[in-house]
Amino acid sequence: MKHSFKQVAVAIGLVLGLVAGGAQADEVKAAVAANFTDVTKKLTPIFKEKTGHDLVASFGSSGKLTSQIENGAPFEVFLSADAARPKRLAESGMASTPFTYAVGKLALWSADPAKVDGEGEVLKSEFSKLAIANPKTAPYGAAAMEVLANLKLADSVTPRLVQGDSIAQTFQFVSTGNAEIGFVALSQVKALAPEEAGSVWVVPQELYAPIKQDATLLKKGEESAAAKAFLEFLQSPEAKAVIEQYGYGTE
Amino acid sequence: MAQFDWQPVWLTLQLAGTTTLLLLLVGTPFAWWLARTRSFWKQPVGAVVALPLVLPPTVLGFYLLLLLGPKGVVGEMTQALGLGLLPFTFWGLVVASVLYSMPFVVQPLQNAFEALGDRPIEVAATLRASPLDRFFTVAVPLARPGFLTATVLGFAHTVGEFGVVLMIGGNIPGETKVLSVAIYDYVESLEYDQAHILAAGMVGFSFLVLLTLHFTNRRLEVRQ
Repeated sequence: MKHSFKQVAVAIGLVLGLVAGGAQADEVKAAVAANFTDVTKKLTPIFKEKTGHDLVASFGSSGKLTSQIENGAPFEVFLSADAARPKRLAESGMASTPFTYAVGKLALWSADPAKVDGEGEVLKSEFSKLAIANPKTAPYGAAAMEVLANLKLADSVTPRLVQGDSIAQTFQFVSTGNAEIGFVALSQVKALAPEEAGSVWVVPQELYAPIKQDATLLKKGEESAAAKAFLEFLQSPEAKAVIEQYGYGTE
Repeated sequence: MAQFDWQPVWLTLQLAGTTTLLLLLVGTPFAWWLARTRSFWKQPVGAVVALPLVLPPTVLGFYLLLLLGPKGVVGEMTQALGLGLLPFTFWGLVVASVLYSMPFVVQPLQNAFEALGDRPIEVAATLRASPLDRFFTVAVPLARPGFLTATVLGFAHTVGEFGVVLMIGGNIPGETKVLSVAIYDYVESLEYDQAHILAAGMVGFSFLVLLTLHFTNRRLEVRQ
């Protein structure tokens, strides 16, 4: 099983050739926050139909994607789950001025159809665990803490908090029943089939600062007409209709 | 940097210590059986023990979350026993770590027991040593390097555990927020200074562990 240096070099060359050959000029490489996965999948074929360009999206937590972008990841546009990270990238010259493409809405959700009431009173009851996204890294987690603070429930609830690494994992904790209730993104609940929808309280906007999700053109996309076309498409009435349909607000 | 949070470090040491202790208790008879049996089940059971070596930790974490959850078989059992649910608790992590680090303890022990061969045990038997006596006064001392390797690897592997803990831990300070998760958290929130302290510490710790293991094993070999 000994390979000569030449064979290895040829193999590496082939792989590199395939990767390079696969990347066409009209392809947009996007880094997309995990909570926007479903919407992006819905938008991709519409974008293709409108412009002929392909959207190739990598999904992950905004924090992880930001680290990757700062360290040379080949993304051309960035759809973050917050406003702070695109701003940080813009300030360090790695991205252009961000704009808000969606406003996230927070929901208190349980997989049990009888658990959550329309007023959020369940938070004062004897539930076992409340799942939130990590408030340090996930905007939905920070918003959840804000809601608890505004309801003066932070002290009574804190011992029963469990943190998901991302809003996706938080959702998973609740959907498997490991956490009885959890603060998730309304968009996640909207994506469920009716028989799985459980019970939900859409948290009133006055209880937390709007979760602005900002997008930006990254340095690697500066020369790409397709990347710019996608960001324009994202602000079109057609895209906005889809975004709202999934439980987000738009500006 | 005035008040650096050391809690994840202590928690990790507690988790790794508890896990290693349990694994030695459970793994020793198990490895002994695997080493001595001629049963048809030897190979299938050995393969199951080795599964965590090849499976992504997320697979284990995902199934544990389902199994230990309120709708899972084990979850229903722990609730019926009045133990509550295991995910998001220290003992849930212990259960996960025992499964996850099992091959790192069982395999070195099994290898050590197999290397003994039948002879020392048979000789002890002719001297009228009882099976238990044979095991504790002959097999265990002779398998000492195996025990050392098993302890060190089991401990170190649990310290390095990440994927499973992330899936079933819930990141609760003092309960399930272990070192690897704390590092991940710091990196995610771009607090690289704190991340460096813990991450560099881990590199140093792991190197020292392996170095000690190599030296001690050589000393033991020379002595035998």
